[in-house]
Amino acid sequence: MTLNDDSVLEIAHHFRFQWEPAQQAHVLLYPEGMVKLPGSSGEILKRVNGEATVGDIVADLGRAFPGADLRGDVIEFLEHAYGKGWIRTK
Amino acid sequence: MEKAGSEQSNINLPLWLLAEVSYKCPLHCVFCYNPVDYATYGEELTTEDWLRVLRQGRELGASQLGFSGGEPLNRPDLEILIAEARKLGYYSNLITSGVGLDEKRIAAFKEGGLDHIQLSFQDSTREMNDFLSSTRTFELKQRVANLIKKYDYPMVLNVVLHRLNIDHVQQILEMAEQLGAEYVELANTQYYGWAFLNRDKLLPSREQLQRAEEITNRFRERIGDRMKIYFVVPDYYEIRPKPCMSGWGSLFLAVSADGIALPCHTARMLPGITFPSVRDHDLGWIWRDSPAFNAYRGDAWMQEPCRTCPEKAKDFGGCRCQAFLLTGDATNADPVCDKSPFHGVVTDAVERARLVAANSAAGPELLFRDDANSRRLSDTERSPSA
Repeated sequence: MTLNDDSVLEIAHHFRFQWEPAQQAHVLLYPEGMVKLPGSSGEILKRVNGEATVGDIVADLGRAFPGADLRGDVIEFLEHAYGKGWIRTK
Repeated sequence: MEKAGSEQSNINLPLWLLAEVSYKCPLHCVFCYNPVDYATYGEELTTEDWLRVLRQGRELGASQLGFSGGEPLNRPDLEILIAEARKLGYYSNLITSGVGLDEKRIAAFKEGGLDHIQLSFQDSTREMNDFLSSTRTFELKQRVANLIKKYDYPMVLNVVLHRLNIDHVQQILEMAEQLGAEYVELANTQYYGWAFLNRDKLLPSREQLQRAEEITNRFRERIGDRMKIYFVVPDYYEIRPKPCMSGWGSLFLAVSADGIALPCHTARMLPGITFPSVRDHDLGWIWRDSPAFNAYRGDAWMQEPCRTCPEKAKDFGGCRCQAFLLTGDATNADPVCDKSPFHGVVTDAVERARLVAANSAAGPELLFRDDANSRRLSDTERSPSA
């Protein structure tokens, strides 16, 4: 699966994305399980909100972390998350 | 949450909090893992007690919350607990037989923020063959399954297998398909609590297991992605133990209906350990500092063959309760492991169950999980004779 720049992404049904203070990390919760999303992976999924496109997410991360060329890494992680069923296109 | 300078800073977070809110149950399953003496326990926790436990658990870092029992629907305040759980940020799971789940309640659960329902499928009457033939049971599950779908929950079905129903795996899977299940767990009985008492009558033969797995695999091929099926083999047919609870006091914390905190569902049976009550202590102390939760934490307690075993970090020596039940000493290796000098106890149990199966009149009668049996068995345990 290749995601387009125009694809609008949302967190998949029955998954919940949230910040866990005790772990100092973002996590995805799902029935009887959890994925920990430290650092950049959490920053990326934080921007998956059912409105932003892949292009928006890349651009927003570029503004938040200027100076780095993030595009390749961001798309790669989003495709990984899509493959895992954590996120879906709207 | 970290205590500065604590020598126990290597303790993990209790990510899984299980609230066994009530041991009352409308069913009387012979394979129940609940404690045999449950009917002698003290009063159930109050709503306030549970709200405190939920808050403290969340502060400690728990993110997954299970409501179980017994039948958790027996608690009329479940709606309150679910809503509080959502406010606190838990992902909450209801583990239920469905008996007592009507539209009013499920609507309130949804409104309150319950995330997930696991519907278990048991024989709900004393007649074993009712399990497959009873339209009453099927209609109840059908009604509950429809409610689960209507309220936009994934349809997750758990079926406990044993000798008396494992030959019907095909029909069970067809029933699951009819109910519209998206996930089906075919979980063979593990032998604790009531199931341990009934083991000779419940443990399936190797041939039965193989047949059931073959049928399951064929069904998987036909149904594809529409239904995800898990098949769990009884420990007694393994040669390596399960990494029970991912290790004692490592990520799992259960609180029982009367407030006793446990590192696994069945640990209460272990002798020589006083399990703390949430009525007397906060969960932080219980999890980090109580002698009970430190009893088998790490690997200092291990004996040979675990102590020097290269696999000890993988399976943590298996299950303390199974080690105690089968060898009399919870610090032994789980005898499911074929490196254990007690492994013969497991293979003997398999052989004895096979003999009992061959002669259906032989062996003890099935003991149903009910209050009268629980009291009677507790009296026997306490009597000085025997």
